[in-house]
Parts: sequence; C-alpha cells; structure tokens
Amino acid sequence: MTSTLTPPAESAPAAPAPAGKPSKDRSEFRRKLSRFDLKASPYFYVAPFFILFGLVGLFPLVYTFVVSLNDWNLLTGPGEWVGLDNFAAELTDPLFWNSLFNTFSIFLLSAIPQLIAAVVIAAVLDQNIRAKTFWRLSVILPYIVTPVAVTLIFSNIFGEQYGLVNNILTTIGLDPVMWKTETLPSHIAIAIMVNWRWTGYNALILLAAMQAVPKDIHESAALDGAGAVRRFFSITIPSIRPTMIFVIITATIGGLQIFTEPKLFNAASSIPGGPQRQYQTTVLYIWDLAFNRQEFGKASAVAWILFLIVVAFGLLNFWLSRRIASGENRAISKRRAKRLARYRTEQELELDRLSAIPGAPARTGASVPLERDADLTPEERDA
Amino acid sequence: MSAATVDRGTRTSAPTPKPGKRRSMGIERRPGWFTYTLIGVFFVAGAYPLYWSFVIGSSDKSALTSTWPPLLPGGQFWINAAEVFDTIDFWKALLNSVIVSSVITLSVIVFSTLAGYAFAKLRFRGREGLMVFVIATLAVPTQLGIIPLFMLMKDFGWTGTLGAVIIPTLVTAFGVFFMRQYLVDVIPDELIEAARVDGASMIRTFWHVGVPAARPAMAILGLFTFMTAWTDYLWPLLVVPQNPTLQVALSQLQSAKYVDYSVVLAGAVLATLPLLILFVVAGKQLVSGIMAGAVKG
Repeated sequence: MTSTLTPPAESAPAAPAPAGKPSKDRSEFRRKLSRFDLKASPYFYVAPFFILFGLVGLFPLVYTFVVSLNDWNLLTGPGEWVGLDNFAAELTDPLFWNSLFNTFSIFLLSAIPQLIAAVVIAAVLDQNIRAKTFWRLSVILPYIVTPVAVTLIFSNIFGEQYGLVNNILTTIGLDPVMWKTETLPSHIAIAIMVNWRWTGYNALILLAAMQAVPKDIHESAALDGAGAVRRFFSITIPSIRPTMIFVIITATIGGLQIFTEPKLFNAASSIPGGPQRQYQTTVLYIWDLAFNRQEFGKASAVAWILFLIVVAFGLLNFWLSRRIASGENRAISKRRAKRLARYRTEQELELDRLSAIPGAPARTGASVPLERDADLTPEERDA
Repeated sequence: MSAATVDRGTRTSAPTPKPGKRRSMGIERRPGWFTYTLIGVFFVAGAYPLYWSFVIGSSDKSALTSTWPPLLPGGQFWINAAEVFDTIDFWKALLNSVIVSSVITLSVIVFSTLAGYAFAKLRFRGREGLMVFVIATLAVPTQLGIIPLFMLMKDFGWTGTLGAVIIPTLVTAFGVFFMRQYLVDVIPDELIEAARVDGASMIRTFWHVGVPAARPAMAILGLFTFMTAWTDYLWPLLVVPQNPTLQVALSQLQSAKYVDYSVVLAGAVLATLPLLILFVVAGKQLVSGIMAGAVKG
C-alpha cells in the first residue's frame, strides 16, 4: 500500500526536467510529495498493526465487557440488560472462587519450583562445562513438545491405575496417589507438566542474564576472597533480578490463563477440570460457562474479572520491580561509596608504610585509587 | 543476532591473572562431577517422558498393565500409528496446522517489521505515545476476548474455516516490540539519512536498509511465532473442531470412551516429530533466540 508513494522519487533520474514553467511546477510537486512521503510513511507502516490489533485484540476485549452486562445466551443471543448483575452473581458463586483457588494453587506450585530450578540450571550452564551447546539444547527439548502432547504423556504417567508413577510407588511399597481425583495431587501433577515444559526455557533466559554480568566483578570479588557460593548469592542473583522479574511476569500472565493441561488431564471426566472440579481453572470455568452452559453474559463477566486480575498482577510486578531496583541502587551506591572510602584509606596507610622503607616507590597520591576506578563500570564510578 | 546475544567469547578467553593472586584463576576452572551429575539429572528428567511415550507408543496394551514399567520400546509403533491414522485425519490436520502457522508467521513478521522499523528509526508525531501503548498491551491478555470473537466468527459463518483460526493472531504486540528493540541498535541513523539524501523514497529505504538489517530478528520472531501458533489449542478447539489443527486432532485421540494409551502416545510421538525435526535443524537458533529475547526483554 505504501508503494504508491514511491514513483516520484524513483523516476526522478529517468525523466530529465524540461525547461520552463512546467518543470518548476513538477519539481514543486515532487518536493511536496517527498515531504508527504517523509511525514506520512511512518503512519502507513504502523497503521496495519494498530488497525489489526484494535480489531482482533482490543475490540473483543472491550466487547467482552458489553456482553457481560447482558443476560446473553448462546442460543437466544443478546438478552436483556442486567447491569452488573452477572458480576455480582459470579462473585458470590462458589464455583468461581473454586476456579480462582485452583488457578492460583497450580500457578504457585509451578512458578516457585520452576524459578528455583531454572536458576540452578542456569547457574550450572553458566559454568565452564564441556559440550555447552549440547546441554543448552537439551534443556529446551521439552519446550518443543506441545502442551497437548505434554498433557497426553503426563496424563498417562500420572494414571491412577496403571500410571508410571503409581506403578513405581506400589513397587517400592507405597500407596498409590489418586492424581486425578484428589485436589492437591492433581494440582501437583498439572504443575509438573507446566514445569517440565518451561523450566529449561526460563533457565536459558536467566543464563543470558548471568552471562551479561561483567566478569571483572566476579574476579575482584574472588580477589577479595569470596567463594563461588558467596559470589553466586552476592553478585549473580542481584544482577539477574530484573530478568527474574521478567520471567515471573511472563509466568504469571501465562499461569493465570492455564487451559490445555487441566482440560485434557482426565478425558473420562465430562466436566472440564475434573468430576468435582478439583482442578478446574478459571479459563476452564469460562469455557464451561460459555460453551457448555451457554451463559455468555456470565462467562464474559468472569473473563473480565480474570482480565483485571492479570493486569493488576502485571502492574504489581512492575511496581515492585521498580521499587526493588531503585531501593537497591541507593543501597548499592551507599555501600560502594563506603567500601571505596575504606579502600582508599587502607591504600594510603599501606603506602605510608611502604614509603617508610628505603627504595620503595614514592607516594604518588591519587594514582592508586585512579587505577582502581578504571576497573569500575560507569555506574559504579558515579557512586 | 550477534549484537543481541551475549558474547560467550569474552568469558572463555583466558583471564589475565593478577600476579600473586591465584584465586582469580578459580573462576574459569572446569567444574567437577557434581555439576555434571546435576545437569545430567535435569537432562534425564527432560528427556525421559518423551522416551517413555515412545516406549508405550510402540508397545501393545499389556505393557501398561505390567507391574514393572517397560524399559525398552516394543515393535508395535507402526501398528499403533496405523490406529492413529484410522481414528483421526492426521495428514489433513498436519496440513491445516502448517497452513495456519505459516500464514500467522508471515503476517506477524511483515507487520511487526514494518511497525518496528518505524518505531525504531523514523521520526513522527505521537511515536512515544504509540510505543508506550504497544508496551502496555504486551501484558494484556487478549486471549480473554474469545467470547465475542467466537460470536463474530459464528455470525460471519467462518467457524470451521482456517481463516477463523488465523485472524485473531495476525499481529502481536510482542512482535512489534521485539523488532523495534532489535532495529534500534542495528541500523545507524546516518545510513537512513544518507539514503534519504540520495533521493530514496521511504519505502525504498525500508526495503534496502531496514529489511536486510532486520533479517536475523525476523528469523527468530518467525521461529517463535510459528511455535506459538503451532501449539495453540484453546482457540482452534473452539472454532474448528470438525476441521481440526494437529493439536485439536491429537486431543481427540483420547476423547473416545475407552482410552488406549499406546495409541494416544503413538499419536503424541507422531505429532511431536515435525517440531523435533525443527529442533534438530534450528535448535541453535532457538537457543540463541530465547537468550536474545531475554537480554532485550
């Protein structure tokens, strides 16, 4: 569509302008077109995105709210206007709260162990191991298995009668676990599916952040006598905190909308999310409301509530990360300033002692601290 | 991608040891057996479920009921696969998935590159405001708009067609953000100005300067968009249950009254094969893509 703007500029060398008035008009016209090209082109480039995104992304979201204000049914279509009644009904519906509880339970069971495991894997990959590429590839192998396939595989592994896990448990003399019947075990099983697919992926993200930590910080800490573990907790973890927050935010947005795993976990259940809705997540509840019970209005109300929760979590994470970042910078700069001051006085004392020895280098004032400064990153120097 | 990925080379290069301090050498030491054990455990945990699904998918039903879980694959894989092909229209579903994922990928790449280029390199009024809008929508779960989308598709009579699957994901805010972040560093402003001074139109500058520079990022964005489209389940399940994509067809394998897991897992293995091939071919790009997205994101 933007190609309509090109001809004038491109044909310029091909058509030498004839003398006289028309040429003046034409060059004037050309200049105007070129100006238009310069000013308007950016809008033509971004417009397709905004138009399409508005139509298929934002409009449905806004329209969900409109639907939620009506007694809307799949078969009868738009019913009467009920205001916020759907919201009130859902907020007092135990099934809604059950779905919210399940969503958060599964989310926490997956997010926390996943983050810890991902940090450990990243730390291992960050070492100078052999066959780096192989190990990096191996940790994202589960990522290429689609959630549907993951669920089919794990649905079998966590089978109550002949599942792999229960077979092993009974073989070593333990009681089998009712993975698909009891609430907590089912949440754990679903969380394991999520973790299995995403841990390696997040580990690679954290690995990239770890490698961005300047090596000389590690070296100088090692010089100061910090061991590997100490360096990991005092340097690596604080440095990758922004990336960890990024991982947490994406995990939250995805985790609060989990659908495939609980949907397919138990094929025998006619109610999505287990016979007693033991692991019916909120998106699954929306699905059940809208497409099994045909309550579009109520389903839209729940979708809108979930939307608000996700956005609220996004904002909370954002706010927290800003606070942590700014608070930390202040603490770090204070600590660095102190350490630098102490270092300088130590150096001075040392030099005083040295200069007392005949033949030792004469004291040259600021030269040592200057050399030290050169090793610091710009932000450290600001401190 | 070299601009975006972290250069590993700087880390492996020999450290310059400060005289008299042996400890600084310790950072680059080869790790011990504990590290390899740990990463080995993670590797087994990641690979075993896949292996297990092949073991079950290549055995007959008795393998599942035996007290000792089978360790080696059986010889039944093609028998089970034939059963899969009988139950679902595997090839049609595969073709549907290829079409859907390819169209979405192409569309996302084109529109993201255009918009990302404009945001990164062109000056226009409202640029900052619009970019803030893009960033804000990154965290907006547009998937929650499925109810009106479904009603619209039904009204238009598009349910059952692949278009209904494709349309909601023609563009993503992430794509625009990703391309913008990449292009802002990669193309020097002088290059665009020079092209302009030489009389190139805007679209020509985009085509001859922007697109070549964007190519590596386009490849990575394409890879991930393809993966996301390929794995999507909720929306295709809603609009094309009768004309399924691969994921929907796969899930239909276990919707029968009696679930034969050797057939279901044979299907899971078959459905994983295309991405396994992609993994073998483009695994390194996948790794560097994930790591690049992290540094940029």
